[in-house]
Amino acid sequence: MLTILLDGVAYGMLLFVLSSGLSVTLGLMNFINLAHGAFAMIGGYATALLMNRAGVPFLATLPAAFVIPAILGVVLERTLYRRLYGASPLDQVLFSIGLVLMAMPIAAYLIGDEPQQVHLPTWLSGRIELGGVGIGVYRLFIIVVCGAIAAALQMFLIKTRFGAQLRASVDDARVAQGLGINVDRIFAIVFAVGSGLAGLGGALSADVVGGIDPSFPVKFLVTFLIVVTIGGANGIIGALIGSLLLGVLDVAGKYYAPSIGAFIIYGVMVVTLIVRPQGLFARGDTP
Amino acid sequence: MSAPDATETTRRVAAHLHRRARWRWPEIVFWLAVLAVIFALPSRDAIINEALIAGLFALSLDLILGLTGIVSLGHAAFLGLGAYSAAVLASNGFADPLLGLALGAAVAAIVGFVTAPLLLRGGDLTRLMVTLGVSLMLGELANRNGWLTGGADGLNFSIAPLLGLFPIGFTGQRNAALYSFAVLFILFATARRLATSPFGLSLAAIRENRLRAGALGVGASRRIVAIYTVAAAYAGAAGALLAQTTQIVSLDLFDFHRSADVMLMLIIGGAGYLYGGLIGAAAFIVLRDVISAATPEYWEFWIGLALVILVLAGRERIASAPRRLIALVAPRATRRGVA
Repeated sequence: MLTILLDGVAYGMLLFVLSSGLSVTLGLMNFINLAHGAFAMIGGYATALLMNRAGVPFLATLPAAFVIPAILGVVLERTLYRRLYGASPLDQVLFSIGLVLMAMPIAAYLIGDEPQQVHLPTWLSGRIELGGVGIGVYRLFIIVVCGAIAAALQMFLIKTRFGAQLRASVDDARVAQGLGINVDRIFAIVFAVGSGLAGLGGALSADVVGGIDPSFPVKFLVTFLIVVTIGGANGIIGALIGSLLLGVLDVAGKYYAPSIGAFIIYGVMVVTLIVRPQGLFARGDTP
Repeated sequence: MSAPDATETTRRVAAHLHRRARWRWPEIVFWLAVLAVIFALPSRDAIINEALIAGLFALSLDLILGLTGIVSLGHAAFLGLGAYSAAVLASNGFADPLLGLALGAAVAAIVGFVTAPLLLRGGDLTRLMVTLGVSLMLGELANRNGWLTGGADGLNFSIAPLLGLFPIGFTGQRNAALYSFAVLFILFATARRLATSPFGLSLAAIRENRLRAGALGVGASRRIVAIYTVAAAYAGAAGALLAQTTQIVSLDLFDFHRSADVMLMLIIGGAGYLYGGLIGAAAFIVLRDVISAATPEYWEFWIGLALVILVLAGRERIASAPRRLIALVAPRATRRGVA
């Protein structure tokens, strides 16, 4: 029972790191970036390929899994995405679906269709007993790492000057601009960090989801969107609670009621949208 | 507003609608050309049939997206519903195609009617998510209820000849294409009539400015539910046709990529004037055929590239190109848009 809860929490933490970037870009720029999963895929590939082909140890690959998608993210943001900030949601969706459709064949062409496995080092595999509750070491590692990231992000948003500027821009980009905040620059930085976090999440999740393959962006697209929907698009806390809720519900649902399987999360999403279209944990305004 | 003014306005609107409702000669040429293609290329009957069905599916999306301005990322839900309804009916011994077609459209319409109220709240993003969520749930439902749907294996079934005379399966590809053509044409004519009716005009008002339409006494909610139900029925009919003419259904009908593809078809052809979906579907199917013959694995890449370029270059401008072309050929036909 507690094991399932912890597994759920670990999965939820992963979802948080994967989707936090999405919820911030959505809240900040009102941009529906369906290509978010592509950045996660790139991060996952960075780790898997560095480990499998260059023999780099797992932990040492994680910075690369963050930096490579982040750089790619900022390049794409500056060249392509920014043209569409004022565009209709439909245009944004079409554009980012286009990017996903391009990313998948590129990955298949360069790397191949077969899943790239991430082989965890021995100190991260196996299980330990914590107060009578069995948990996988890697699950624990995920909870610790992702929890630290969440805490750091929240501190960053609350305590730093940049965080305050970011929150102001999310609240009202036009007024923030008028107060002399360089919203454009904030957009770019947030996009880069969000893409990087997605990449990191992709790298961390590779073992849990059974390897990275070219269909990764589509497989997880829906999950990201559900997280954002449930959590609301306005902040770290909402995204975190939404992710955890979803992670626990999904793992528990698959364990206790396998016959209804994925229904639970889809059902939660649709109910959320009916009851609170702006997300469970968002402030009052509509998305 | 004084009474004579109102009467005068009503008269002018009626006259305008009447003008728009008339069939123009480029349209007649279009339909004759489609029919000619079916007879001229007997070896390509299967792909023509596919394009006709895709056209009906895109037309269905055009009813909500183009006419009413309601975005959907889960239109495959109704395609799948229609297909599975027809398939389950046929595999239980009721193999008459028209019966299956009616059932497919009806089941999709009912689900469309039930889920339409979900679209009334929130913004475009909410609608995209709700429609996506509904289609995923239906796909999962089909996956979990293998006793009815065959689960991951799908269903294989046989279908009776159309009207008891014309076989429409692998033995009658031409008949299948003609069957799809007939259904498409009838449903298109109905949609065209709908678009040029006062109801269609009110949908355009909702698309342009829902708040203002409401202030003018055009309530959005009931109209959106109505057109969404009709669009669902159209998509269900497309699904039933697809199931009957291929005699197979699988879970992939509910897939996200189906919804994305149909959106792309409509965008290629241009939304809002009904022919866009048909032209886009034909272009999409032909493109896919050509590209996947050259690079079978990577054709998605080119579709994605097309999408990105389309959006960056300005969807509206490109989409209006065919209309401008028609306007060049027949100025009178499109002065106020065909539909």
